[in-house]
Amino acid sequence: MEAEHVEILNFLRKYSPFNKLPEEDLQLAAQKTSVAYFKANTQMLEFNQHIDSLYVVRSGSVETYHRDGSLFNRLDEGGFFGEAGLLRKGHVRFPVKTIEDTLIYYIPGDLFNRFYDECDSFADAVEVEEKRRVSHAVKEHESRNRTLTARVETLITREPVAIDKTASIREAAALMTDEKVSSLLIYDGEKRHKPVGIITDKDLRKRALAVDRNAADPVSDIMSENLIFIQHNNRVFEAFLTMLRTNLHHLPVLRQSKVTGVIALSDVAKHESQSSLYVVSGIFKQTTIEELSQLVPDVQKSFVRMVEEDANSRIIGSAMATIGRSFKQRLLELAEEKYGPPPVPYCFLALGSMARDEQTIVTDQDNAMVLDDSFKPELHDEYFLNIAQFVSDGLNACGYTYCTGGIMATNPNWRQPLSKWKQYFNDWIDNPSPEKLLHSSIFFDLDGVGGETRFAKELNQLIRKKAPQRKRFLGSMARNALNRTPPLGFFRDFVMEKDGKHRDSINTKRRGTGPVADLIRVHALAIGAQRQNSFARLEEIVDANLLPKGRGPDLRDALELISMVRIRHQALALEAGEALDNNVAPEDLSDFERKNLKDAFQILSNAQKYLRYKYSGA
Amino acid sequence: MLYLPPDAENKQQKTTINWPKRFEELSEAAKYPALKQYYEAGIASTDTPINDVPMVAVDFETTGMDPDRHSIISIAIVPMTLARVDMSQAQQWIVKPRRVLTDESITIHGITHSAIERAPDLSEIMDSLLEAVAGKVWVVHYNGIERPFLQGAFEERLKESIHFPVIDTMEIEARFHRKNRSLWDRITRKKRVSIRLSDSRERYNLPFYAPHDAMTDALACGELLQAQVAHHFSADTPIGEVWLP
Repeated sequence: MEAEHVEILNFLRKYSPFNKLPEEDLQLAAQKTSVAYFKANTQMLEFNQHIDSLYVVRSGSVETYHRDGSLFNRLDEGGFFGEAGLLRKGHVRFPVKTIEDTLIYYIPGDLFNRFYDECDSFADAVEVEEKRRVSHAVKEHESRNRTLTARVETLITREPVAIDKTASIREAAALMTDEKVSSLLIYDGEKRHKPVGIITDKDLRKRALAVDRNAADPVSDIMSENLIFIQHNNRVFEAFLTMLRTNLHHLPVLRQSKVTGVIALSDVAKHESQSSLYVVSGIFKQTTIEELSQLVPDVQKSFVRMVEEDANSRIIGSAMATIGRSFKQRLLELAEEKYGPPPVPYCFLALGSMARDEQTIVTDQDNAMVLDDSFKPELHDEYFLNIAQFVSDGLNACGYTYCTGGIMATNPNWRQPLSKWKQYFNDWIDNPSPEKLLHSSIFFDLDGVGGETRFAKELNQLIRKKAPQRKRFLGSMARNALNRTPPLGFFRDFVMEKDGKHRDSINTKRRGTGPVADLIRVHALAIGAQRQNSFARLEEIVDANLLPKGRGPDLRDALELISMVRIRHQALALEAGEALDNNVAPEDLSDFERKNLKDAFQILSNAQKYLRYKYSGA
Repeated sequence: MLYLPPDAENKQQKTTINWPKRFEELSEAAKYPALKQYYEAGIASTDTPINDVPMVAVDFETTGMDPDRHSIISIAIVPMTLARVDMSQAQQWIVKPRRVLTDESITIHGITHSAIERAPDLSEIMDSLLEAVAGKVWVVHYNGIERPFLQGAFEERLKESIHFPVIDTMEIEARFHRKNRSLWDRITRKKRVSIRLSDSRERYNLPFYAPHDAMTDALACGELLQAQVAHHFSADTPIGEVWLP
């Protein structure tokens, strides 16, 4: 006969999430429970161990750990764990150890998953607990890995040390020695807060001692001009990536256009994940396309490693873009070695996801060339075509496939002088139509990666100046941003489309990250946002009060979630040696991911409705 | 468990029984078919590591302490291993006692007269019980109740008894908490460590369970065995060192 398990039932009834269950399910849970005893200091679960039940602490207490051994959480009577593992295909994320003699009630995993699916208040209660623990985990994570999220200003330990440009090299060296600094800012007369140059230990060695320069010469003779600054509120990893990109090891930090300090690569690199640094430095050591292409496995490994290290999509996107940019820069150097120096100045552009710092491992090459206005096609074009072809072929060999839409510098339309580019943008903005802009939105995310990057700056300035006032342009951009929509529903084994059709999988780029980036771009253009990364743009959009309250953070979370599903899917495929794409089948996702993805698509859909409403007056 | 039991250590047998062999002989001799099948399912041998032994925690509620004068009124069994006490496989039966049910035992067990009136005789559930415990070593707290009462009930109904090895968590508790009682302790009449189920459980940080429900007591006993093995034995300990000699 059916026996009632009074003690178990009464216990479960007392604690969330079980107290959210209807009586009948609660009884079932008590009925299906099994029990085990663990002595104090027993390793109950190992990382990645398979589990088939939810663990509920009946008596005693346990601690869960991060993989590196640091404490994650402590649970006692009524506490539960293993839900993340059950919702994510049965593998334990955090090892668990008893700290007292402990009795565990096991609720079978299939039952738990059923409750989670069928009883919303149960699922909510589990998530509240998850979130509480995850926010705890994020805090822990931050303190352990502060470089990922910390701001640049936290690395500044002292006032900047500076000297007038008329001082001698000897005086500069003496000041650096006295102050024990490895770099020195150089200012011009009164404007102490706005340096005109910088010198480092290396400059003293390479530009003074090694070339036997007179120590009485002015320091301005050996300083580096065209300083690259970093904003005080940038994240440390952004500073790190800037150093990698520019190959500068010291960056002055700006706060409201005043230099408040200097940070050095050594301050940053000792904390940062070394894998992308390693790849980037490797790229600049290769001397042929073939050698470069042999780095592809390293790129993939560093991608997988970042995913495993729980890096967020912004860090991964940015690091992958830096790697991509480095390939381009190295290829440009090799091309110039082969074909000689450029006859007129030029700028090589990265477009789209690379310019936005949002690259993943699956990406094609979108690039273009801006030439100096002294460009004469009949004299110079052969040279630039050679360069473009060399870079494009090289990128293709390194895993950045040719752009099927022909948006490459090898296409004569996209290898034009600066004045022509300005015409393009003026025409797109002044005489817009959705059809005309259909394939041009990618040009509104542009970044100079090689040569005269000031050309890229000029184009960006033009866009920022003109776009906000052009309602028809914004309206057309908005119309196009609505072309790609998220799916209506997302179920265990199919994707539901608006027309009621079912699909087996979904393209997370075309239906997810793409449309989010598109709609953020429209808002960003409307306010003349300075930055191009979608998260950074969104921050500016929120600051400009462009969105209804709360929508900004929602959209940010949705973008992060969809991006990470896409990135994780690619990392898994890489590890399994499978073909890489952006398609994700719902059945490959955990219940947790599926549920959240559904919410993320809903947020995207609402954001699109708002976009239509906001710009439809055009 | 209902009654404060007499000292268990005094009742230990001295000879070691070869249970698998004994089961073979018993199955030859058994006449009742379900009983024959029970023995045919076999049982763990003395040197089997406890980790590999299928077990079943059992608790009877009875009308008193004496198998000759009192009757079984409730049987709860919970299959278990060292790793898990499996409540999903637990079963409970209420049976009609052949002897008078006193008001006192009703109050204690919370089983009413009407429930007893509707209950079957033990002979009707005997086959299910034997099937559910076949191949498993019994785990009880105090060996003076379950096995003797079942043997009495079988003799009364089938005219043949039943024999099987038993792990007695109270006896294990006595082994570790009542040995080496010094003369001084005895002279000063220092209170002996209680080896009652709930007191024993407390020593291992096991939760308090309300007593006198057969199912709860069986669960409580199964948990106690897991705790005892965790503290005093290991998963590799031969079952022969754990069950009653």
